[in-house]
Amino acid sequence: MNWRRSAIAAAFAVPIVGLFVFGLRHDPKDIPSPLPGTVAPPFALAVFAPGQPPLGRPVGDTIRLADLKGQVVVLNFWASWCLSCRDEHATLSAIARTYVGKPVHFVGSLYQDRTDAGTEWIAQMGGQSYPSVQDPKTRTAIDYGLYGVPETFIVNRDGRIARKITGPVEASVVTHIVDSLLAVPASTATSGVK
Amino acid sequence: MPALLRTAALLLLVSVGAYGQVAAPAEGAATVTSVAAPRDSVLEARTSAVASQLRCPVCQGLSIQDSPSDLAQSMRAVVRDQLASGKSPDEVNAYFVSKYGEWILLAPRPRGFNLIAYLLPVIVVLCGGIGIFVAVRRWTRGAPE
Repeated sequence: MNWRRSAIAAAFAVPIVGLFVFGLRHDPKDIPSPLPGTVAPPFALAVFAPGQPPLGRPVGDTIRLADLKGQVVVLNFWASWCLSCRDEHATLSAIARTYVGKPVHFVGSLYQDRTDAGTEWIAQMGGQSYPSVQDPKTRTAIDYGLYGVPETFIVNRDGRIARKITGPVEASVVTHIVDSLLAVPASTATSGVK
Repeated sequence: MPALLRTAALLLLVSVGAYGQVAAPAEGAATVTSVAAPRDSVLEARTSAVASQLRCPVCQGLSIQDSPSDLAQSMRAVVRDQLASGKSPDEVNAYFVSKYGEWILLAPRPRGFNLIAYLLPVIVVLCGGIGIFVAVRRWTRGAPE
């Protein structure tokens, strides 16, 4: 009779242990985004922080994703109240400079913040090489399924999201992704990056 | 006395006239709000119903309806605008699922792996019931009459 009790206990225990193992192997905070591989949501946002020559754009100018087709777009959501954004600011600004003259466009998008606070923050951080835009009512951020800041989206030359980076970016990762996307001609650009 | 009566009558007329003048716009205003209010309240009710099904991305287990966070408020505004533009609640949900994945739904759709969440409680209750039934039957059989 003991084997029968053992079998019943195992029948209950095995699925429960299996579920625990499944749960422990997955980080509950790591939520996969459905966006990589899909067409990047269009945006047309006004510049509030111009950036620096030669990457700068005049304040009030509208940056449209549709106008950037054929280029790799690095869209970084940030805020002046975001501590992690401080960690990646210099990195992103420096990477953007290395792609001057290449079909790569860096854009910062202010997330739930005042533009004056954003401008002051950029000045405190020693400037920003590329322009930043404002996102009224957080609509573009929601279109990109944003959870918080910083989050960075890299759009390939065909206008599809190749990669989403949550948290501060690392120079080697961004450079590797952008270089991979630049190596692929616009018409055959793949959605993902290996 | 007649003077007093005349004064009282005059006061009465003035007060009735004043009431009529004040009351007329008030009624008009009430009419305007009573026409506009139901439309807003219907939209708000639909917004609340959809927002209650969507998870706040920056909270712990709260819907965007219940969360006071800025992002949740912005998302509620998107829900309201999309409903006002003629989208159905399912289409609004589909929009958020396309941006955030199924995680954004507080109640997972009953399909695929999600079925475990719906079926497991039923299976556990059934197994428990059968176990209790068998145990009680054994006890009652073994009990002296």
